[in-house]
Amino acid sequence: MQCNWLCAVALATVCSAATAQQDAQSEIEQLKRRVEELEKRAPAPTPAPARGSSAFNPDISLVLQGTAARSSENPDDYQVSGFAPSGGEVAPPRRGFSLGESELIVSSNIDPYFRGQLVASLTPDNSVEVEEAFFQTPGLGHGFMLKGGRFLSNIGYQNPIHQHAWDFQDAPLPYKAFLGGRLDDDAVQVKWLAPTDLLVELGAEAGRGRSFPATDPNRNGAGLWTLFGHVGGDIGESTAWRTGLSYLHAEPTDRPMDVGATFSGRSSLWIADFIAKWAPNGNSSITNVKAQGEYFRRSEDGDLTFAATPGAYSSRQSGWYAQTVYQFMPRWRVGYRYDRLDHGSVSSSLTSAQLPLVLADYNPSRHTLMADWSPTEFSRIRLQLAEDKSRAGVTDRQVLVQYIFSLGAHGAHTF
Amino acid sequence: MRLLLAVLLAAVGLQAHAALNILACTPEWGALAKELGGDKVNVYTAATALQDPHRIEARPSLIARARNADLMVCTGAQLEIGWVPLLQSQSGNSKIQTGQPGYFEAASAVSLIEKPTSVDRSMGDVHPDGNPHLHLDPRNIAAVAAALAERMASLDSTQASYYRSRSQDFLARWKDATARWEKQAAPLKGMPVVVYHKDLSYLLNWLGMREVGALEPKPGIPPSTAHLSELLEQLKKTPAKAVLRSAYNDPRPADWLAERARVPSVMLPYTVGGTERAKDLFGLYDDTIDRLLAGVK
Repeated sequence: MQCNWLCAVALATVCSAATAQQDAQSEIEQLKRRVEELEKRAPAPTPAPARGSSAFNPDISLVLQGTAARSSENPDDYQVSGFAPSGGEVAPPRRGFSLGESELIVSSNIDPYFRGQLVASLTPDNSVEVEEAFFQTPGLGHGFMLKGGRFLSNIGYQNPIHQHAWDFQDAPLPYKAFLGGRLDDDAVQVKWLAPTDLLVELGAEAGRGRSFPATDPNRNGAGLWTLFGHVGGDIGESTAWRTGLSYLHAEPTDRPMDVGATFSGRSSLWIADFIAKWAPNGNSSITNVKAQGEYFRRSEDGDLTFAATPGAYSSRQSGWYAQTVYQFMPRWRVGYRYDRLDHGSVSSSLTSAQLPLVLADYNPSRHTLMADWSPTEFSRIRLQLAEDKSRAGVTDRQVLVQYIFSLGAHGAHTF
Repeated sequence: MRLLLAVLLAAVGLQAHAALNILACTPEWGALAKELGGDKVNVYTAATALQDPHRIEARPSLIARARNADLMVCTGAQLEIGWVPLLQSQSGNSKIQTGQPGYFEAASAVSLIEKPTSVDRSMGDVHPDGNPHLHLDPRNIAAVAAALAERMASLDSTQASYYRSRSQDFLARWKDATARWEKQAAPLKGMPVVVYHKDLSYLLNWLGMREVGALEPKPGIPPSTAHLSELLEQLKKTPAKAVLRSAYNDPRPADWLAERARVPSVMLPYTVGGTERAKDLFGLYDDTIDRLLAGVK
């Protein structure tokens, strides 16, 4: 009895398997016919690019840089007199031959909603630094964009531009004094574009405040935040311009100020920026001119501590730079930059013997000249001369030759 | 109450008839979008004929236009790789991202020529997908027009029949004009010429002309004195009938060579707006053919 029942089950299974097979076969026949019909109808098939599993590899590019430099003063002693040390990489390049930062840039769409990018910097002293690692939404609709991770803040004009795309080898003095070279934080950014024919861009960032002027507060919430707005457009076919205003706020704790002194309090910075580019008929490939400038104004209020002695500190300091670069024939450009810091008003209950650097009433300034040759958009060789009066009473004469080479995926030309 | 209703209806009506905002990367696609879209579209063109299409910058005005675009019409094949990806990523506009219906590439509608078998940057500014300057063959314009009209119809379905009928009308006129140009240009067949950049390949290919040299030693590398002298030596042995360049090219190297090789230097509009006569696509071809015929007379 039991056997019969089992046999019946087995038979049923075999039968159903057989019918399933028949079904599958007729389906295959049908599909074959349909494919043949389609083949007759469709034009010659275009061969698909044979890239296989590499088709989804992200875009990879690499930037190689190096300098040969000569300076009359020792770059290791570099400081900006009259201003609190910003702790960033602000010193002029090392004397003699030295490798610059090699940047590895990997970027790709993640899915239809996100895009990701990593910029890893291989430093000449054999360490790896994550310069940028962020995701970004190409469009949330209504002109909104979101970015998160570590990235160069969008304040000012030059801040979001990578060093290899700068027109001079080093950062302008106000960037060195007020931002430690640049603001590169772990943050989120929201940006909105107005639905107008004139570019109107408004945005805000909230970050950890991992570097100058903040001090990595190790607390819940943001340690640094920014607001920025930019407006830009064209004047005729030949000129394009953009101008903007940015604000940065941080509340540093025990930030080093001078030998043995620390600052805790509030720091806010305003930046006004301007850039204009001109080319005959807007055709920049033969000749073009670029003019840019930024004005920085910082106020800091709080407490200074020197050798366990507390004191008050308040400062209003400013700085600016203006530069112009002229491409006078294909491949060749020359440029001039003037930058200057104003010591402004600094008041403290401590004496200048206790705070020699910060209380030095000195206005640093610098003249820089450059000429560069770019055989293609992937290579550039630059000669740069500077007369640097960052240090009180000292004129540092600098000469450097720099190379910048880009390999791999085509980089984009940011404005 | 009635007034409010009327205002609301008018607002809805306006919304329904809001024109399609088109951002064209280069003038030829701007002109084509106008031919197909008539008064139902607003067209803004990012580059002019006097600007090198490889080297446009993602300037603020273009980011603002990209933010408001419903459709972006570009060449593709990496011609605009230096600036279109930036416009896409900085515009905050999800409609015009690659892969979305609001991003149209002309190269997707035609088959490209001069597809390199291998690419390396030592070869200069080569485009791995093939030569992207595809609009100087009228047959390509026809193929792109048909595909673009369909794309516009699908994005703005209320006006679909309008775009389709304009497209049919354009294609009929274009077919007649193409036949006329081919007849006019018959004497140019087999003629050897020197070009500036590889941006006239489709034109030469269509008219059966022969390229015997290029002023650029490698694509995208500006002409050097050494290369020009070499070219001059070569022309003494195998002469060319003319030195051709596009409106956006530097005239000096072309004139230098033409003067020494004792051949005419012919400037071609390259795209719509390149010369006074090249006001639209028809004018572009009329003027191009007349200039070629006049140059080699």
